[in-house]
Amino acid sequence: MNTPSVFRTCPTTGLKVHDAAENLIKANAVVAVVFLLIGGLFGLSIALTRWPAVHLLPADWFYLALTAHGFDVLLVWIIFFEMAVLYFASAILLNCRLAAPRWAWAQFGLMLAGALMVNVAVLQGNSSVMFTSYPPLQASPWFYLGLILFAVGALIGCAVFFGTLVIAKDEKTYQGSVPLVTFGAITAAIIAVFTLASGAIILIPTWLWSLGLVSNIDPLMYKLVWWGMGHSSQQINVSAHVAVWYAIGAMVLGAKPISEKVSRTAFLLYILFLQLASAHHLLVEPGVSSSWKIFNTSYAMYLAVLGSMIHGLTVPGSIEAAQRAKGFNKGLFEWLRKAPWGNPAFSGMFLSLVMFGFLGGISGVVMGTEQINLIIHNTLYVPGHFHATVVAGTTLAFMAITYLLVPLIFRRHVMFPAVAKLQPYVFGIGIAGISLFMMGAGTLGVPRRHWDITFADALTTFQFSPAAFLMLALNGLSAILAALGGAMYIVVVVGSVFFGRRIGDTEKVALGPATGTQAAAAVASYGSAGTLKIPGTVVLVGVFFVSFVLYYFVNWKYLAELWPLK
Amino acid sequence: MAITPPSERIWWKEPVHKVEIVWVIVAFLWGVAMFFTMIWWHGFGQQNMSNEAYRIQPYQFAEKVDAMIAAHTVRQEGAFPVVKPPPGSDVYMMGRVYMWWPMLELEKGQTYRLHLSSIDLQHGFSLQPLNINIQVHPGYESVMTITPTTSGEFGVVCNEYCGLGHHTMTGRIYVVERT
Repeated sequence: MNTPSVFRTCPTTGLKVHDAAENLIKANAVVAVVFLLIGGLFGLSIALTRWPAVHLLPADWFYLALTAHGFDVLLVWIIFFEMAVLYFASAILLNCRLAAPRWAWAQFGLMLAGALMVNVAVLQGNSSVMFTSYPPLQASPWFYLGLILFAVGALIGCAVFFGTLVIAKDEKTYQGSVPLVTFGAITAAIIAVFTLASGAIILIPTWLWSLGLVSNIDPLMYKLVWWGMGHSSQQINVSAHVAVWYAIGAMVLGAKPISEKVSRTAFLLYILFLQLASAHHLLVEPGVSSSWKIFNTSYAMYLAVLGSMIHGLTVPGSIEAAQRAKGFNKGLFEWLRKAPWGNPAFSGMFLSLVMFGFLGGISGVVMGTEQINLIIHNTLYVPGHFHATVVAGTTLAFMAITYLLVPLIFRRHVMFPAVAKLQPYVFGIGIAGISLFMMGAGTLGVPRRHWDITFADALTTFQFSPAAFLMLALNGLSAILAALGGAMYIVVVVGSVFFGRRIGDTEKVALGPATGTQAAAAVASYGSAGTLKIPGTVVLVGVFFVSFVLYYFVNWKYLAELWPLK
Repeated sequence: MAITPPSERIWWKEPVHKVEIVWVIVAFLWGVAMFFTMIWWHGFGQQNMSNEAYRIQPYQFAEKVDAMIAAHTVRQEGAFPVVKPPPGSDVYMMGRVYMWWPMLELEKGQTYRLHLSSIDLQHGFSLQPLNINIQVHPGYESVMTITPTTSGEFGVVCNEYCGLGHHTMTGRIYVVERT
């Protein structure tokens, strides 16, 4: 604790980089990528099992893989990467030392121990309870204990992040308000505290129940509190990846938010309203009233959705403003056509933005409508939706910023630039396919978490339409494409980190069209873009809005065709 | 050309662009519209989740199911009794590993009070190909009023994971023309 902090100055951006922060970012990011690989392989095996013509895994392995896939990618990959993002957005962007590095290493150690414990418990075969582990289904005590350790570790990481903010303010390492990216990270960390606390509140008694010390866990109460973690933790991801969108726009193009006030208010709406989302999982449950469902599922009149819709304007708007300032002023879309599409950080970020909004956002609001949930609950539509938000949105955004972290933090040149250039497209198209075809199958009634929709071993059968089988085959093909994109990412990142050409202590690297100092000024300081015109973004947002309204009412039409029910 | 404002400015005192204000208003009003659509559908729509539910011990629910089977079974289909309770009455379906118990036969255009619960784990009542999906909890009995408007053979699938035989959990509802 008493060793003096060691800093270096980044030759590209001029930012001061704290040694301990840098090492922790590296460690968390590396473990994140390892679990992305493991979880991704489980995911591929699941998609290939769902494809009836392939039907890869036997039933017990399928349910085991499904449990492991959910945990490894949804929690481990994403939260480890988020720890790296939190340390980056505090210590690096604020030019500050990281608070209590030893506690930060405790975060790392506890999360890693928890992650390994859960994986071992699942692989032993007696904890195939799915990521959600709904009681009365019971897993081994190690499964719950691993989750608890993981959550405690993540809470410590949040505390280190908040401590770093206090130090930065105290030592006046930045001027005015914190930069927007840090503000977004603060949003993520605040939501994380709520989320992880919900997890602890329900998982500790469930763990005691698995040890035989508590006699009963009410299944409805479990779901209500568990989803306070399960769904709200997805809002950590949203806040973090929106912050990453702003960061990439700033670092690659020197983009500033259109106005800080609007973008920050949108983040505040997340903090205030996203926690109500537990209700999305209780819309067709007994014992919960309609008024409770309507208020909570809509985040109190869609105020958190409003936050995302605002970012949907301000993120592309800030990019358009930056591009127009560079002279790309012809017509509506020259700024977009001449964007750096060959730069994987930018292309990954923009694909993430578009797919999160059009596929994930719209489907999420529609299925979260109280009555429409009747035709969607627990069908494959649900994983279709969240693969658009969490994989196309969060994972692709995190992949994109890795292409900036490799030169800035790992200080290596990105290897195989031709592969890196294509990677976001291959992964993006694959994941768009996964998401669309699962939603398609779900619309046709195919259940999620189901090994065999031909019902070969069932006492009485039901025949799904041939279109459903086609959807599952297309889902399998898309998963192969996405796995290829994932493999490309891992080859490039692991190759660069371990074998890439080192970047010298005074060597500057190009992150994009913006120079290093422009990038640093845009990402690490406060300020709006000022006066501007963004007609192209207005058109894009208009298209989005029309699609949203149409799709929303189409689903009411589907619902109206059901048997009357009340 | 973009002018960067002085960095000491406090963020909530900044001016906002017109295009942003317009979009915030449009998006907010759309949210309000979607919110009231849900409420409106409770009054004017035909498909709403019922708010009627009771706590019940799983064995008590099983007793009610058994009583219905004893009184109204019309035929046997493999392991399943097919039960045809009179129109307007209470009908029961119970989830258990791994079947929806028993099979029901309903009349088209008639109204029934359908009771759902589980005797063991959580299950997902999924009526296909209609695609009506309702979560079923042990210890909770939910009651809804349904009116089948199409006749034929409908599959009941389980869409909540309930153990290694989950994919074999099925059942059936027949809807026949009025006699």
